[in-house]
Amino acid sequence: MTNHWNDIANSDCILIMGSNAAANHPISFKYVTKAQENGGKLISVDPRYTQTSSKSDIYAALRSGTDIAFLGGMIKYLLDHNLIQKKYVQHYTNATFLVNPAFKMPGENDGVFSGLKDFKYDKSTWSFQTDTDGIVKRDLSLQDPNCVYQLLKKQYSRYTPEVVSKITGTPPEKLLEIYKEYTATGAVGKAGTIMYAMGWTQHTVGVQNIRAMAIIQLLLGNMGVTGGGVNALRGESNVQGSTDHCLLFHILPGYLKTPKASQATLIDYNNKYTPSTKEANSLNWWKNYPKYSASLLRAHYAGSTSLEEAYSYLPKLDDGANYSWLSLFDQMHQGNFEGFFAWGQNPACSGASSNKTRAALAELEWMVNVNLFDNETGSFWKGPNVNPEKIKTEVFMLPCAASMEKEGSITNSGRWMQWRYKAVNPPGQARPDGEIITELYYRVKDLYEKEGGPLAEAITNLSWDYGPKGGDGRIRHLDTHMVAKEINGYFLKDTVVKGKTFKKGTLVPSFAYLQDDGSTSSGNWLYCNSYTEKGNMAARRNKKDRSGVGLYSEWSWCWPVNRRIIYNGASVDPDSGQPWDKKDPVILWNGAKWVGDVPDGVSPPGGGRKPFIMKPHGVASIFGPGRADGPFPEHYEPLECPVEKNPLSPQMTNPVIKRWDKEGSGTDVDARATCDPRFPFVCTTYRVSEHWQTGLMTRWCPWLAEMQPGLFIEMSKELAKLKGIKSGDLVTANSIRGQVEAVAIVTPRFKPFKIDGNTVHQVGIPWHFGWVTTKMREYVHGDKKPEVFTSGDSANLLTPFIGDANTMIPESKAFMVNVKKKGV
Amino acid sequence: MQVSRRSFLKISGGAVMASGIGLSLKPVKAHAEPLKIRYATETTTICPYCGVGCGIIVAARNGKIINTEGDPDHPINQGSLCSKGGSISQLSVNKNRLDKPLYRAPFSKEWKTVTWNWALDKIAANVKKSRDKSFTFKNSKGQTVNRTTSIASVGSAALDNEECFIYQKFLRSLGLVYIEHQARI
Repeated sequence: MTNHWNDIANSDCILIMGSNAAANHPISFKYVTKAQENGGKLISVDPRYTQTSSKSDIYAALRSGTDIAFLGGMIKYLLDHNLIQKKYVQHYTNATFLVNPAFKMPGENDGVFSGLKDFKYDKSTWSFQTDTDGIVKRDLSLQDPNCVYQLLKKQYSRYTPEVVSKITGTPPEKLLEIYKEYTATGAVGKAGTIMYAMGWTQHTVGVQNIRAMAIIQLLLGNMGVTGGGVNALRGESNVQGSTDHCLLFHILPGYLKTPKASQATLIDYNNKYTPSTKEANSLNWWKNYPKYSASLLRAHYAGSTSLEEAYSYLPKLDDGANYSWLSLFDQMHQGNFEGFFAWGQNPACSGASSNKTRAALAELEWMVNVNLFDNETGSFWKGPNVNPEKIKTEVFMLPCAASMEKEGSITNSGRWMQWRYKAVNPPGQARPDGEIITELYYRVKDLYEKEGGPLAEAITNLSWDYGPKGGDGRIRHLDTHMVAKEINGYFLKDTVVKGKTFKKGTLVPSFAYLQDDGSTSSGNWLYCNSYTEKGNMAARRNKKDRSGVGLYSEWSWCWPVNRRIIYNGASVDPDSGQPWDKKDPVILWNGAKWVGDVPDGVSPPGGGRKPFIMKPHGVASIFGPGRADGPFPEHYEPLECPVEKNPLSPQMTNPVIKRWDKEGSGTDVDARATCDPRFPFVCTTYRVSEHWQTGLMTRWCPWLAEMQPGLFIEMSKELAKLKGIKSGDLVTANSIRGQVEAVAIVTPRFKPFKIDGNTVHQVGIPWHFGWVTTKMREYVHGDKKPEVFTSGDSANLLTPFIGDANTMIPESKAFMVNVKKKGV
Repeated sequence: MQVSRRSFLKISGGAVMASGIGLSLKPVKAHAEPLKIRYATETTTICPYCGVGCGIIVAARNGKIINTEGDPDHPINQGSLCSKGGSISQLSVNKNRLDKPLYRAPFSKEWKTVTWNWALDKIAANVKKSRDKSFTFKNSKGQTVNRTTSIASVGSAALDNEECFIYQKFLRSLGLVYIEHQARI
């Protein structure tokens, strides 16, 4: 979230799309409701009439996978009616930038952007015009035909309400009603916000769904302000923190890049990722990259290892190669891994195309599964239709501590890092994950010290100073405060920075003091300022709200540098520094300094101050050439869809997605069925309040299992009639990749769509279930048996093995199935 | 004595309990009814489910959680919790929690209980064997890569920040590049 939960109350109009926050983030509705009580409006757009929809002022249904068409129509509407917040757009976005005249857009180029070759874009035409000094040319009047603003207008001129309605199935009058309500927040002082979740990310165009909304937010001047922003509702308590610490192939803690094979030295690496800018007044914050990379290397390897050595120890990716989730399981399926850690995760249920994931696990020599409860991953070798006697995989299931059984911090969706305390010991021999990691590290280190091995120093030189050490030089137990301090970072020698002297061994007060020469450590520069000489900021519990707008700046701590609303430099008039919204200001210039939230940069107003400090140009990107699939969002159909034609262009699907289903590649678990009469219904996965993710931490809890006891499939009355199904009937749902059994729930919450004159039915299925907690499976001696059984297996048995063009997040929200009464 | 909002909630909570078993609702009576969390130690925590980050107070007695409730001082949830947050005690007080390391040998039909020492030594030996066999100093272009593509890891958004940090540190020291977790799906 660019903003945070409490801030939703400040909004004048809340769009919830790609999320059912009322069910899946129930407490968020405290603030949605507060906004409504203050006169704000709630708009819900969802294929299904959800709990969120029931609280909305306006509801519209759309067919899964058509969000860009819906939002593209909104961009057209607000440009046609000149509803942009003009000064904001002129000064704080790249709308004025002139683009290369050779750049072509889908409307004039067969549905794709210029440069497409072999399923990849050559982006050379996606560039800005520059003058002889290398400075981007601009047209402040927004009239030049090659300026971003005019290109945007041209791109979305094709998204008329009639065309959008043909694609989404939303009636044109409903589209216009929503467009009018939401775009009214373009007025100076008004703020609209978006709350989205996996309903936007789990698509082959996931990133572009969010880009489309970001463009709308920028045009309306809604970024950086109270009650505005682009707010991703995180589904896990620490998925924000685990992402910040980059348990992902392509990034290192603090969103630094994982080094590539072509970057032989730390200098090469820093040169590649440290942007420069010719723009006056642009802070270009990433210019500090070498300070953050050096400080990270120092947190991994202490002073006896040089920075270059430490860099050489880091594994390198091949340039252009992708090692993300789907690639990982595809490689595993091909038998290319020996070992696998599934640590605090249940991929046998959470990965797309579960039959593939489960088959992949059988190709491993060994697997380590660390978890609170038995689960479908650890026990895959005795799952449905699996003969254990044929499975070679050696499996270790290690019991770990639950959140109340250990001490440490987690980071919520609003970027608040909050400290948790230990209440009780874990049961039996279960241990905190951090201690298991430490024990395992020491044992691996022992082996390399004793026996040696390739690049053993990368392991043996690793620093692990997390508590008092014994005679053997090893910590006796893991002190998480020590880890938190290392993440914040230390001065490693007496240092003078910005005229201040810091003693060796003291904690760095904020990332502005980090150094590129190895004299500071910081495991994650974004968290530098979280644990300082003043103490553990995440543990703060002062609930005083001095801001008056719900920032609660002394409660816990948030990254970066406790800035509660990011991009807040855009919340004020560039000349006066006075807030657009006088009633709910985030920051303001009092004539001498900025007051309010921690501002983005400290320079005074009136000097051309640029608020988007992470961008080299200092402004936000309406034109986004960094994306793999286009600088503007364009509607493409999901990989599996019910229509034969895309009304906007001849290009059906995102042209640059990685396809596993092409002829001659992949297997039946990668298959695709589009416009296939065997699979006539659109299906989407969703969640219920009582369960969480694969259900691993809820199916074993008797109260929750009792409240939501099993897999169901929700469908309209019309479809149920067509298929002779009644509520409560046992039905089967099939995709080309798999099948589940579920109980039918027939409701008016789904309605058939009229898509380009045809009736299209959509069904929905929750994905929290799995075979381990069912009654029918065989329980042998030693198996845990739930107090309350659940029924059904993972909805991911149905989902396609295909990902977004930028992130490779699987398309679990739009695919095709058939549904029939069991036994018919 | 001034009654803070928090202690008021404790008292009124007691009153509700008392009325639930058919006693008079007289305040005096309600006070006399011993509070569930008497002699308990209280710690604060943050809900382990969704990303809202609600505060919860955990009351434990004799090493066992006896009550959990929304933290009324927490600025986000202000004492409220959803169905999941309201039931977190069952994550801890649950006879089905895994409580011993388990091992399944190749082609075996069952788990075997093993000691931590045995399991960790064997995992460490596996890691070394798989890593050493596959460790790649240079790729096909002759560029230094210092990695293993024979071991992969997924997880976890269920770990604390500090655990995430040391986990990635450990994996990267081994040379893993296939490192992924919940954020990707």
